[in-house]
Amino acid sequence: MADPMRIRAQAAGDKTTVRVLMSHEMESGQRKDSAGKLVPAHFINEVTATLNGKVVLTADWGPSVSKNPFMQFVVKGAKAGDKIGVSWKDNKGDSRSDEATVS
Amino acid sequence: MKTTNKWAVAIGALVLAGSALAQKSASDGIAEYRAMLQDGNPAELFEAKGEDLWKTKRGPKNVSLEQCNLGKGPGVVKGAFVELPRYFADTQRVQDLESRLLTCMETLQGFNAAEIAKTPFGKGEQVNMTALATWVASESRGMRFNLPQAHQSEKTFYEVGKRLFFKRGGTHDFACASCHSQEGKRIRLQDLPVLTKNPGDGIGFAAWPAYRVSNGQMWSMQLRLNDCYRLQRFPYPGFGSDATIALGVYMGVNAKGAASIAPALKR
Repeated sequence: MADPMRIRAQAAGDKTTVRVLMSHEMESGQRKDSAGKLVPAHFINEVTATLNGKVVLTADWGPSVSKNPFMQFVVKGAKAGDKIGVSWKDNKGDSRSDEATVS
Repeated sequence: MKTTNKWAVAIGALVLAGSALAQKSASDGIAEYRAMLQDGNPAELFEAKGEDLWKTKRGPKNVSLEQCNLGKGPGVVKGAFVELPRYFADTQRVQDLESRLLTCMETLQGFNAAEIAKTPFGKGEQVNMTALATWVASESRGMRFNLPQAHQSEKTFYEVGKRLFFKRGGTHDFACASCHSQEGKRIRLQDLPVLTKNPGDGIGFAAWPAYRVSNGQMWSMQLRLNDCYRLQRFPYPGFGSDATIALGVYMGVNAKGAASIAPALKR
């Protein structure tokens, strides 16, 4: 089970800045362990963000994104109290969904 | 190709180093880089995990750590970090944050403390230990260090810590003081704090636990000291050993009045 994300959504006028921290190893598949064996790739490859259940962002990620990635985006039309949802899936089929309220 | 949406403007998670001006010193550049990353400090992930672990019923006895006494009474977390290490009457030992958490994990939750102390950093229960320490530290963010020095053991630990700090040895004839007792010293581009006096707010003892961007790891003070000894080519000190706690007392008492920024962000 993946660890929770940290999501903050701050409204300013009609724009809301959403900042997301995800907890993930993001193993590139290029590194070798102490025994010289390749560490298998393990990374988030699909990210979706929703505003009140409606998809507002999708992203395809790859192995070059850093460990514990930080993502920031701006969404128009969100008001205080609205729900921002973020979910990710990784290449091993693990996934995580979290929700935050716009403030 | 994903569908574009008129509601959203996506900005990628890229952190680009600003074009360096010729006049800017290397340490200014690093400070700028840290400020850019501070907004999304992954230490927050460990804070959240630590808070969750504190409240979760775990271990053979299936209880939470909420009755753990970190020096300010059972369950009091706020302000505890800036008064550690200190003397605890129940264990009759001076303990730092991590060794105290270990005591609570043993007495309250029934974990095997010796086994956890032997576990390498970043493995098994040590992962949880680091997260717990990160959360406890975060609860005292902005508060000023004020370690107690009333008990004789605390005074003794300060003296022992001071001697260890200046103790030269190993293949390189090194001491903590070799790097941390003069102004203007650095390793590559990293400025080294002077730890024989108060180095200032959020520097040295007041910055750990910290998230290290270069290796993506959360480092507690115990791991920080462990790695300092590795760099000195000393044998590794034991986890929560009296030597590491004495050094903590020495640095913590010297940092009296410095504001804690832990958990910080490091290169």
